[in-house]
Formats: sequence, structure tokens, C-alpha cells
Amino acid sequence: MHFVNRNLANPKQTSNIGMETTLSVEELNKREAEFDAKIAGGKTIEPKDWMPERYRKQLLRMMSQHAHSEVVGMLPEGNWITRAPSLARKAVLLAKVQDEAGHGLYIYSAAETLGMDRSEMIDQLLSGKAKYSSIFNYPTLSWADIGAIGWLVDGAAIVNQTVLAKCSYGPYSRAMLRICKEENFHNKQGYQIMAYLMRGTKEQRDMAQDAMNRFWWPALMMFGPSDTNSPNSADLMKWKVKLNSNDDLRQRFIDRTVPQAEAIGLRIPDDKLKWNESTRHYEFGEINWAEFNQVISGNGPCNKLRMKQRTDAHNNGAWVREAAAAYSAKKAASKK
Amino acid sequence: MSDNNHQWPIWEVFIQPKNGSAHEHAGSVHAPDGEMALLNARDVYGRRLEGVNMWVVPATAIVASTPEDVGPFFDPANDKMYRWPNYFKTPEGIKQIS
Amino acid sequence: MTLNDALKEYCLRIADNSSILAHRLSEWSGHGPILEEDIAMSNMALDLIGQARGFYSYAATLEGKGRTEDDLAFRRDTREFVSRNLVEQPDNKDFGTAMLRSFLYSCLSYLQFRALMNSKDETISGLSAKAIKEVTYHVRHCGDWVVRLGDGTEESHRRISNSVEDLWMYTSELFEQNEVDALLVKEGVAVDLNTLKQDWLNLVDEIFAQAKLTKPAEGGYQSSGGINGMHTEHLGYILAEMQFLPRAYPDAIW
Repeated sequence: MHFVNRNLANPKQTSNIGMETTLSVEELNKREAEFDAKIAGGKTIEPKDWMPERYRKQLLRMMSQHAHSEVVGMLPEGNWITRAPSLARKAVLLAKVQDEAGHGLYIYSAAETLGMDRSEMIDQLLSGKAKYSSIFNYPTLSWADIGAIGWLVDGAAIVNQTVLAKCSYGPYSRAMLRICKEENFHNKQGYQIMAYLMRGTKEQRDMAQDAMNRFWWPALMMFGPSDTNSPNSADLMKWKVKLNSNDDLRQRFIDRTVPQAEAIGLRIPDDKLKWNESTRHYEFGEINWAEFNQVISGNGPCNKLRMKQRTDAHNNGAWVREAAAAYSAKKAASKK
Repeated sequence: MSDNNHQWPIWEVFIQPKNGSAHEHAGSVHAPDGEMALLNARDVYGRRLEGVNMWVVPATAIVASTPEDVGPFFDPANDKMYRWPNYFKTPEGIKQIS
Repeated sequence: MTLNDALKEYCLRIADNSSILAHRLSEWSGHGPILEEDIAMSNMALDLIGQARGFYSYAATLEGKGRTEDDLAFRRDTREFVSRNLVEQPDNKDFGTAMLRSFLYSCLSYLQFRALMNSKDETISGLSAKAIKEVTYHVRHCGDWVVRLGDGTEESHRRISNSVEDLWMYTSELFEQNEVDALLVKEGVAVDLNTLKQDWLNLVDEIFAQAKLTKPAEGGYQSSGGINGMHTEHLGYILAEMQFLPRAYPDAIW
């Protein structure tokens, strides 16, 4: 039995592309044992290091999903840039959405070290083969939704990303470190928007509570299904691609967010929510996983719209990308 | 340009954070040529980073050592401690001058 | 008209231009042709919002009635806006039109800020010294794209040529002046735009030559009157969208 690993080469190096190594079963087992030991010892894996094909595939799936989420995530918030209620808010929101493009770019770059071009990843997104975070399939209906997204959605993302910054794959971990640093203000601006609304007029307070009601549960779903139902969790944990269970991270998010909501007078839309003194955690109600599964499989309120927006941008930009490449090619040819 | 390569080639970006310091790797951008790579690098990595100079290099032009090279490339320096100043002990009774 | 009134009006003009062009550029957020360019367009929009804020704030100070930058941006109607009609033109998500619009405007803006750095009004010269760096980059970035699209593929050449045909009628208006300019130029506060026209043409001609683009023949319709509040139909829709929240909730603080 032979095993083909395309990953001995840095895929960015054309000189090595296509170099394939065939390993015997013994050699493969030995390398896997070394790889596992390396991860257990807290070492990072770098692009040119040998890695099991499943590790590469799982990472690629996770990282491309993450990058897609950043890029699709620009849309619901981008929806309010031209309607932001002050010049200062407009600038902050535009900078935040722009950061998301940047973060998508960083993560795509990190994923490209695993041997897949950004163009291929984008094709997978647009063909519906690759997924992105379910949260972005909900509409932004009022200005308060921009506050709710910054506070809850970015808050949840930060919990996730802080952990991912310690993951075993070097390029991903480094991208996460930079992203965490940059995203600090995202969460704060969202909370500030909510705080301003809650100390404003009755209409503003209603707007904020309405956004809270609509975004609370989808934000909890962002951490993914309970680990007992999460098909990829065991492998990912062993390889330190994932360091905490979905449920742990969700709990961490709830414990941190509930007091923030209370501080500005927002009600959490969950009748079962209560503090448990003995576990020192909040107990909370049942998440509607049927809804989550529907949204993830393409049947959410905005799935079609988001995909159309991304596809349109991609298609409307094709002639631009081609023109720039054609111009470069002409210039390069005329130099020769 | 073919359909499956519509994102332009990758360039690695190096930024000199301040006058006198060395260029550091900042990340990558996609661009069809050097001029646009430079503009894109400025827009992507200049959002927060302060800098005084920028290099962009086609990713394909970078030749990297392999993990197998670690031993022969880096280990032989291990037994050449005489390259380090603290290898040299000043004999007793002589005043330390630096 | 007092010098103070003229100066306020002059600041509003710059701020309105920046704010409306920023609005157009920010419509591209999430819809750019490639991630890198999405980021670049937002950078330009952010620069322009910054410029708008600076000049609106100064206008509010000069007015002295307690209005803020946001009052000036969000509580004035179309006939009070004194921006050039070029910046409000829609691009219908045609990237070439967006780049050309910014290029044509930024060339003027660059020359104007360069001159205003020597304004006798210290606030104007200070704001201009900051803006000139931003606008210099806008000219380079957008000019680069005009060249690439003009000399790229057959399709891109055809498209950007159409954009030139569509936008050229808003270019002579860029140099229109009124009593505000007359007063401020005399005092050494503002620059006479007539003195910038040839430099502007040179900048545009240079890029058009590289881009293999030709200017439309003279004699076609030319828009007029932006600085006197005479706009195209598009501005009303921009303001309806931009000003919706502060208008719908007049007592709210955001």
C-alpha cells in the first residue's frame, strides 16, 4: 500500500510543485508517531513539515471556512455603512468591515500554505461546496443590529480566535494572533453602540432589545453543535487544531456576556437562563439545532442573498482582474 | 486568464518598521505585478502598521530550506562556542575592560 | 458676504465633496473585484470621511451656532449641498467608472490641497497638509487603475472608454467658482481654480495617454452649478439613504 503526500513541498514554491513522495506503511507510521509527539510536545507545525493528509485536509477545511466567514461577514454589516447615523460611526463601521476583508485575506494566505490556491477556495465558496458561519445568513434590519453583531458576533468570534491562536499550525496561529489584536476594537464598538442606544430614547432602547432578541440565539449557535454531535471534533482536538470543546467555548461566551447585557439593561431572551452558584456558570435553555441545521444547509433567511452578493462581486470583477493581468503581461513582454 | 486562476499570483510583503531597522515579513498579497503588489501591500498592511519602506517579492522567488535541512544547516554551529564572546574568560588579576 | 461666511461656505464645499465621494466608494465595501481592492477602496473612503469631518467641524466653528459636523452632514438638504456633481454620479458597480470618478476628482483635490497648504488661514493650511498625503495616494492608485483598464483587454478598454464618455460632462464644473472664491482668493485664503486647470489637464492627459484613452470632443453638454446647490437627481437618493437615521429619530444620540 502506498501513500501519497503532496505536502512535502511548500506549495508556494513552483520549483517543488508536483513533487510527490511515496511512503511505505512503516515509514508512514513512523512519521505519524513523530508528528503526534511533536504536537504533544507543544511544537508548531510549519508548511514544509510532514503532516498526515487528514490533518492537512481538516485544517484546510477549517481555515477556508473561517476565511469565507470573514468575507461573507462583511455583507450584513456593510449593509449599514451608507446609513450609519454619524460620520464617526460611519468611519468606525467602514474600518471594521474593511478589517474583515483583511482578516479573510490573512487566513486565505495562511490556508494557501497548505497547497490550495485562493482562487480554488473562492470557487468552492461560490459553488456552495464550502461553508461559512451560519450567523451571516441573518438579516441586519436596524442600526442596533450593527451593535449586536459587533458585541455578540465578534464577541463569540474572539472567544474562538483567542483559542485558535494557540493551535498547532504555525501560519494559522500567527494569523489568529494578528487578527485578535486587530479585532479588539470591533467588540468594543459594538458594545458601545448598544450602550448608547440603551441610554437613549424609548425607540432606541426598543431597537436595541429587538436586535438582542434576534441575535442572541444565532450567536450561541456560532460555536457549533454540542461536541457529542460534532463529527470532526475528536481528530481536531488530538491535533491541537481545536483546543476546547464547542460547549466549553459557548459557556465561556455566555458567562462573559450576560453581565455585560445586565450592565446596560438588556434582557437575555432566554427564560431558563440562571446563575448556578455551585458550578459558577450560567445555565441556559435549549438551542434550536433544527434551525441551525437548516441555516447551515442553505435554508436560512439570507443564504441565497449572501451567495448572490458574493457571486455578483466576483463576476462583476472578472473583467477588472483580467485587465490588470493582461496589462502586466503586456508590460512584461515589452521589457523583453 | 484561466477560470481556475483568477486571483493573481502571491507576493510576500516585507516592511521596514522604522528608519535604521531591518525589513520584517508582514504577510502576503495577491497582485499581477510588482507595482500593484506594492500598492496592495500598502493598503493591506499599512492600515495600522507604521513603516518607512516596503519590499514585495514574488512568493515563487523565495527558496526555503526544508525540515530535513535543520540538522546539516544549523547544528554544526553548536560546538563552535569560540564564536561567542563569553567563551573567553579573562585570566584572574586582569582588569575587565569591556 | 463676510469673509467668515465665505470661508464657511468654502469648507462646506470641500467637506460635501469628500463626504459624497466617500459614500460612493463605501458602497463598494464587500463588493470589490478582489479582496485587496476592496480594502484599498475602503482606505480611500476612510481618508475622505476624515477630510469631511475636519472641514465640517471647521465650518461649524466658523458658523458659531452650536451645530456639529454631523448636523452639517446629516441635516442639510440637496439644495444646500455645495459639492461638485461629479462625485455624486453613480457607478452602477462598474469598477472603471468608480476609479475614473475618483481619479478625475482627486487630481483637482490634489492640486487644490497643494495650493491650500499655503493658505493664510492656518486651519485650512493644516487640514490641507494632512489631506495632501492621502490624496496623492488616491491619484496614484486610481490613475494606475485607469491605465490598466485602458490598456488591459479589449473589454476593459471599451468599458473605461464608456466611463470617460459618461463622466466627462462633469469635469468643467470642477473649476466653477463664485463670489466665495473671489473673496477668499483676494485674501490669500483660497486658490483661484483657473490657475489649476492646466495642471489638472496635464495630469489627466498623462494618464489618458498611458491608458490609450481619448477625451471626448469639446462642445458636448457640460454640467453646471453644484457649488450653487444645483445637482443631478442622484444626490437626493444619496442623502435619503445617508441621512435617514438622524432624520427619522431627530432626538436620538447615537
